[in-house]
Amino acid sequence: MFGYQGKALKTLRSISAKVGDRLRIEKAGQIHEGILMPRTELGDPNHLVIKLNSGYNIGVRLTRGAKVSKVGVGRVPKMGLPPPEFKPDPSKPSVSILGTGGTIASRVDYRTGAVYPAFTAKELYAAVPELVGLANIRTAPVCNVFSENMTPELWIKIARAAARELNSRARGVVIAHGTDTMGYTAAALSFALKNLSGPVVLVGSQRSSDRPSSDAALNLLSAVSVASKSDIAEVCVVMHGSAEDDFCLIHRGAKVRKCHTSRRDTFQTVNDLPIGMVRGGEITTLGGYNRAKGGRVRVDARFDPMVALVKVCPGMKPKVVDSLLNSGYRGIVLEGTGLGHTPEYLFPAIKRAVKRGTAVVMTSQCLWGRVDMKVYSTGRDLLQLGVIPGEDMLPEVAWVKLMYALGQTKNPKKVSELMRKNLAGEITPRTRPDVFPKPAFTPTHSQARK
Amino acid sequence: MRENMYEKLGLKVGFEIHQELDTHKLFCNCPSVLYDVEPALKVKRRLRPTQSELGEVDRAALAEAIKGKGFRYQVTDNVCLVELDCEPPHPVNEEALDIALEVALLLNAKPVDEIHVMRKTIIDGSNTSGFQRTMLIATEGYLETKKGMARIQTICLEEDAARKVGEDAEFIDYRLDRLGIPLVEIATGPDFTDPQTPAEVALMVGQLMRATSKVKRGIGTIRQDINVSIRDGARQEIKGVQELALIPAVIEREVRRQLALLGVSDELKKRGATEVAREIVDVSKIFSGTRCKVIASVLARRGVVLAVKLPKFAGLVGGELQPGRRFGTELADYAKVYGGVGGIFHTDELPGYGISVGEVEKLRGVLRASPGDAVVIVAAGKESAEKALGAVVVRANQALLAVPEETRRALPDGNTEFMRPLPGAARMYVETDIPPMVIDEKRLEQIRKRLPEPLEQRRKRYVEEYGLSRELAERMSLSENLGLFEELVRKHAVEPTLVATTLEETLVGLKREGVAVDNIQKAVFDEIFSLIAKGELAKEAVPDVLREVAGGIGVQDAVQRLGLGRITEAELSKMVSEVVRENWELVKKRGVGALQPLMGVLMGKVRGRVDGKLVHQLLERELRKFEFRTETS
Ligand SMILES: [Zn+2]
Repeated sequence: MFGYQGKALKTLRSISAKVGDRLRIEKAGQIHEGILMPRTELGDPNHLVIKLNSGYNIGVRLTRGAKVSKVGVGRVPKMGLPPPEFKPDPSKPSVSILGTGGTIASRVDYRTGAVYPAFTAKELYAAVPELVGLANIRTAPVCNVFSENMTPELWIKIARAAARELNSRARGVVIAHGTDTMGYTAAALSFALKNLSGPVVLVGSQRSSDRPSSDAALNLLSAVSVASKSDIAEVCVVMHGSAEDDFCLIHRGAKVRKCHTSRRDTFQTVNDLPIGMVRGGEITTLGGYNRAKGGRVRVDARFDPMVALVKVCPGMKPKVVDSLLNSGYRGIVLEGTGLGHTPEYLFPAIKRAVKRGTAVVMTSQCLWGRVDMKVYSTGRDLLQLGVIPGEDMLPEVAWVKLMYALGQTKNPKKVSELMRKNLAGEITPRTRPDVFPKPAFTPTHSQARK
Repeated sequence: MRENMYEKLGLKVGFEIHQELDTHKLFCNCPSVLYDVEPALKVKRRLRPTQSELGEVDRAALAEAIKGKGFRYQVTDNVCLVELDCEPPHPVNEEALDIALEVALLLNAKPVDEIHVMRKTIIDGSNTSGFQRTMLIATEGYLETKKGMARIQTICLEEDAARKVGEDAEFIDYRLDRLGIPLVEIATGPDFTDPQTPAEVALMVGQLMRATSKVKRGIGTIRQDINVSIRDGARQEIKGVQELALIPAVIEREVRRQLALLGVSDELKKRGATEVAREIVDVSKIFSGTRCKVIASVLARRGVVLAVKLPKFAGLVGGELQPGRRFGTELADYAKVYGGVGGIFHTDELPGYGISVGEVEKLRGVLRASPGDAVVIVAAGKESAEKALGAVVVRANQALLAVPEETRRALPDGNTEFMRPLPGAARMYVETDIPPMVIDEKRLEQIRKRLPEPLEQRRKRYVEEYGLSRELAERMSLSENLGLFEELVRKHAVEPTLVATTLEETLVGLKREGVAVDNIQKAVFDEIFSLIAKGELAKEAVPDVLREVAGGIGVQDAVQRLGLGRITEAELSKMVSEVVRENWELVKKRGVGALQPLMGVLMGKVRGRVDGKLVHQLLERELRKFEFRTETS
């Protein structure tokens, strides 16, 4: 119950206490009184966590002789917010927000310290009132998983839900998504959604929405701005563009990557300009993008799950490749070194793979730049072996694309053609000189005061 | 008598002491230092109040949100992504936790079994995250004082906030150097009933913490917040009292303010005043040709003059609450905080400040103010002026009821000014990024083993064992050089009094002369006292050597440069004989009576190179020889 196990759980059961109830714990001449709180899963079974009147939580050890009694029954926290009065405004565009498990708004019950996600349209309006002026919002949950547990099956579900919304009522779609695998989902949707009628915007937050400093509100407002106002008919990611709460960048779904474990501006468009930026709800575009051509949005969502992404490293054993082949993998994306290389002692294994009809695609672990397998003999040898060069595709985007390609056809020649062709902006024809990020430090000589 | 008066008024005082610890930051590995120079890197952010249960946002949070300013954070060299709220907090600094537990044990408090880090919502921008991380370490402590037992309710460990260094119309500037420095917060109960005792207890708590030698010293490293209330008044949290000596004055003046405000409230009731309406009127036209410089310059910049009527407030706005602070000053505080304006004008002080009789008459006319009413005006940008007068109306209406609960800032003269409403009680929730920490008996036992000696016991030991004077013992026991003193006395066979005076008096004296004593390393003292113990340096030479060393040279070089090579006993005897011979007439005439004048001559030659006692001894022996001769001859 609420993370309690063993001794603590037994004690709570014996007095039929629940989280939220008021407990009194007497031991060694000390009396602790407070509201029973949930226990974290990592906690031991020997402590009860209570919130004191001061607001502080403490854990009280259940030592021999400790007397626990229930002195008050907790009221059930009210989940409902008083809904702000709002009526759909026919002059405003409709935006559908799809939930996948990431929270973009939440509120805190300070009595218990619990954080509740806000997801219904009403809750979102209450948490981020500025949304009211932007669009008529409809929300629909698609799934409820942490982003690291996302699967290709769920990509398909999300793609279908997005198409359904665009084909029925929505001008644009916003997808709330955890940031860890947002780039993968964005790439998958980029390949799966055809003939888009409006923006499909993935959004998330790096600092959870229960904090006053959360990036969620600005990200959500910017995403809804893009979904409701822009004529971008592409899958994109809208997240903070800098460490400040200033603007968001609109990244192309097939060109974006999470580049930092914790910063707000973690998402970057790699090897290309972002589509644009949003500042104060105003959208500025930076490069070209697709506009709606009319007609219904189609979903072409077949992904072959038997594709592996393998990072090449020195001394790597050919067994890695062979074991994939033996396990029935039909595609391998290599994250090669430099311009797209592997050690030569992998060549026989790669040769075996290609011979068996397994697609082998080369990308670079440098992430920035384009693979070029004609410069050195190693590259030329790999091309000779039948390795498909991945141009300037991100390794994980090439991986999603290969799943998509193998979903289309099993014909190695056709797979190779699809992989070399730009389908959704994942390959750029020219490598821009101005999109390689550098650290922004300056040498300082300031002296600390003693 | 006076104390009796405070008891009658129902005075209740408690305080919180915040002490910075001398270790790295609480949730990251950045050093706990401050910078005087504005750094180049700045990051702009905003904070939004989070929805709490039932859609209520916290009272204080709402006030900050209404102000609507952004925050510009100055990123100093001791700032990483944790302070920038761009990286989750690291595990709690274990050293800081141990120091907090040590303080708790010294205050006879009971540590909690398992510590949970909490987030305390604060959205004035002083914390980049929008909350301050804090944890309850121990409860139910006490401190024995001359006036009885003082209850210590809680001991918490928390992170210090960023320093506010500036503000403009859009942004508040904070320097992030201080954010994250570990603080121990010690809170007493609201048990004190007079203005004097809190200061005495605060002093004791401060001394006790310094005895751990693990806390920072110097201005700003210890801060007191005082809670004051009287019967029918309201609780005030007064922040930032940096000097203990100021505490009684702050309390006395706060009592005075609350009594005066209760008087205002009574008077308004007597006059039959009702709620003030928020009817704000643009009166810019009246002042189009004004001689008031403030207003003229605002109008020149396309600002406006807005006015609001406070019915039946005439005479009260100008009434004094604290020396030099009127009720109008309180209204101005609100206008400044919520409207960001420079101040207000009110009819109790007009005509004045260049505003003419005619302008005041017109003003009263436009607002239909009768002689019993007061009018407040603000000159500023339209939006600011509106917010400012809105806040003035709110504060005026509070005056009808009684004293509002507020967080106030202590001013250097003991007065206080409004900062924000007192925060609501419940705005804490758990910091999910840090797992709870079990405090077991083993850890406490280790801390107990190395608890510093109680102050009284230590002083007694210094007097009895080391032969220090009572006064020197007291000074030494509170000194930041305490650890060094113990170490030097233990290591070197020298007089403890010499060590103590060197550390407590000589250094202070040199510093006063302008000598850079902060440059002197610990090892220098080791070397000096080792030389003294071996008889190679005279104790009289210590100040001169330290002065040279502070200039950046080694001890040996200093001794050389000063010509302080030690004089051996043989050399000294030779010198004594010479001096006696040179002054033979005197010796003949006065015998041993020549001792004093000749001591002067000799010491002038050997000061600092030989112990004065030895000089005295040899000279006396020499003179006695001649005394004997004169007697027998
Ligand atoms: Zn840091």
